[in-house]
Amino acid sequence: MEQFFNDYTLRTVVLGATILGGVSGVLGTFVVLRQQSLLGDAVSHAAFPGIGITFILTGSKVPLILMVGAGISGWLATAVILLITTHSRIKYDTALGLILSVFFGVGLVLMTFIQKSPNANQAGLDSFLFGQVASLVVQDVITMTVMGAIALVIVLLFWKEFKLLAFDREFAHSLVLPVRGLDFGLTTLVVIAIIIGLQTVGVVLMSAMIIAPAVAARQWTDRLGVMTILAMCMGALSGAGGVIFSISAPNLPTGPIIVMCATAIVGISLTAAPHRGILWQWIRRSLQNRKLRSEAVLMDLFDLARTHDSLEYPHMERALRVIYPQTGTLRRQLSRLEGKGLVSKKENGAWALTPSGVQLCHRLVNERIQ
Amino acid sequence: MSQFQLEIQLVASVVAAVCALPGAFLILRKMAMMSDAISHAILPGIVIAFFLTESLSSPLLIMGGALTGLLTVALVEWLRKTNLVREDAAIGLVFSTLFAIGIIMIAQFARDVHLDTDAVLLGELAFVPFDRLIIAGRDIGPQALYSSGSVGLLCAGFITLFYKELKLSTFDSALATTLGFIPGVLHYLLMGFVSMTAVAAFDAVGSVLVIALMIGPPASAYLLTNRLSRMLIYSVLLAIIAAITGYWLAYLLNASIAGCMAVMVGVQFGILFCIAPQQGLLSTRARQRNQRWQFAIKMLVIHLMQHENTPEAVQECRIDHLQDHLEWEEAFAEGVISRAASQKLLRTVGETLELTPSGRQLAQEAIVHI
Repeated sequence: MEQFFNDYTLRTVVLGATILGGVSGVLGTFVVLRQQSLLGDAVSHAAFPGIGITFILTGSKVPLILMVGAGISGWLATAVILLITTHSRIKYDTALGLILSVFFGVGLVLMTFIQKSPNANQAGLDSFLFGQVASLVVQDVITMTVMGAIALVIVLLFWKEFKLLAFDREFAHSLVLPVRGLDFGLTTLVVIAIIIGLQTVGVVLMSAMIIAPAVAARQWTDRLGVMTILAMCMGALSGAGGVIFSISAPNLPTGPIIVMCATAIVGISLTAAPHRGILWQWIRRSLQNRKLRSEAVLMDLFDLARTHDSLEYPHMERALRVIYPQTGTLRRQLSRLEGKGLVSKKENGAWALTPSGVQLCHRLVNERIQ
Repeated sequence: MSQFQLEIQLVASVVAAVCALPGAFLILRKMAMMSDAISHAILPGIVIAFFLTESLSSPLLIMGGALTGLLTVALVEWLRKTNLVREDAAIGLVFSTLFAIGIIMIAQFARDVHLDTDAVLLGELAFVPFDRLIIAGRDIGPQALYSSGSVGLLCAGFITLFYKELKLSTFDSALATTLGFIPGVLHYLLMGFVSMTAVAAFDAVGSVLVIALMIGPPASAYLLTNRLSRMLIYSVLLAIIAAITGYWLAYLLNASIAGCMAVMVGVQFGILFCIAPQQGLLSTRARQRNQRWQFAIKMLVIHLMQHENTPEAVQECRIDHLQDHLEWEEAFAEGVISRAASQKLLRTVGETLELTPSGRQLAQEAIVHI
């Protein structure tokens, strides 16, 4: 930890990863809600040839210039996907996979072409494949911050429009909102988030940075605002945590470790989030089952008593055991009901409903009739 | 052409053809993105199997990959069933996590094992002929040829054997279930083949370009035919064409062979997207134009028939009146008249139009249809 506060490079890298996580968390929220998770994957793969072409055209390795190229190429991919799906019977998923892999192939051809050409200045271009977080310098972090800030400001400015677009596209259309323009804008922002991340986690794992924080945040809340802020924090946390964790042991690649941190947060959220989480669902279901089981015993006692003149007529456990062959279960339910004061045990060992038990039975009968 | 070149082309063709077979079913079942997920997610399985066998083309590797592939499918299914994550996000989460695990494993074992991340992601066909299969001291060709070839034979056998079951469960899975075909089992079998194919192909073309070979040729074939059997045959043929042309493109550019194969897959799709006989952009456009003329001609003959033998006929059937009455541009009106005249539906008598018997018949039929 001490090393962390003293090491200038490390601080830069952690800052970069944090910004990346935050920005992709915010934009990922919209991607996940609009069910476009795999589009993020396609865009990040499709950004690859843009880097190669930009390098061939400009000979520059300045991240900002390469990012513009990557952005244009990623954005072009979404346009081609739209073209294919609107003008042929090819389905969306097929178009997505096709464009993703063909663009990536073009990128690979360009990259090998550059590597074999006499221009020796190409070193480091392929770090975009897996990202090379250690190579981040202050200048890169400033670029990332500026681009990320622009993206976040745009999200804030068009907050209610984007919200409507995410939840009710038809309604947005009927309000004469420029739906296609907004689509375009949001896609462009996602492309920005992706190219910010390319340098850090690379094209293949970037989609996880878009999807994971948003999926995790979704479990904790039903409100878009809260979800966005949560996704931002979770993304930032996995970015920073991933970097710090990856330097703690030898041979831990940073990009994948960042992704694993994000996945761990998803895992925790899916398990433990209140109301939605798996653990919560399980507890709710078992409480429900327990309640139903003891109510069933209570109602059986009620049904038996109804054949006598008093509803509080006691019955021996033997009579009930005809219905519940497993002694343990029956005893447990009876003692639980007794604890709640709904049944009582007579001196001869017979069980009878108490007045409040009878009352509850009447209510349950009414509920079941309705 | 040296034996070396011949062998690369042979392996490329076999790999491409083998990928195309399960790919055709993937795109018809709208699960094209599962190829993306599986081809990335098999990485940890490959790494473990590679760690055990030290070979990139042993049957154990294929089994390990196939198991990881099935694990991916099962995980995606399970996540989707919790209702906490939508399917697209589930796919994105599962495969990027497994891929990240794979990369971390490679980085950990890097000193002991010769397997680097570039090789996994990109593959290198040019190295394939160096890995020979030697049986009883005799060199019988590149090992990749046999591993992908045997997966291909298995897959072709599976498709031939279960052709009608696969066909039915692909196009009408509800009916398949009612007939007792257990589409679930078929689904997992198919996914198993997708995984095995991905493993067999990845050391040649890498995990991203496997997607291009799985989706591209079947998508192109889908534009050419409506019959499943023909689609399968065309997919295989197109895949082989892409492989061989891709090889020579790579030879010309001195670039990655796999990348060039993906580029050719894209070029192939682009060409067919424009000129495919039924589904292509050009023929769709031509059909739409033709329909526009046909509709206009019908309008014209109906209009003429309505006013035939009435006092207004002199006024209504004049050529220049059409422009007012049907709101046609002058050039369009002339086009319609000349087309109708050449089909012998009407003739011009001075300034007015007169229906021929066949024109009258068309008008009567058209009225019934409209």
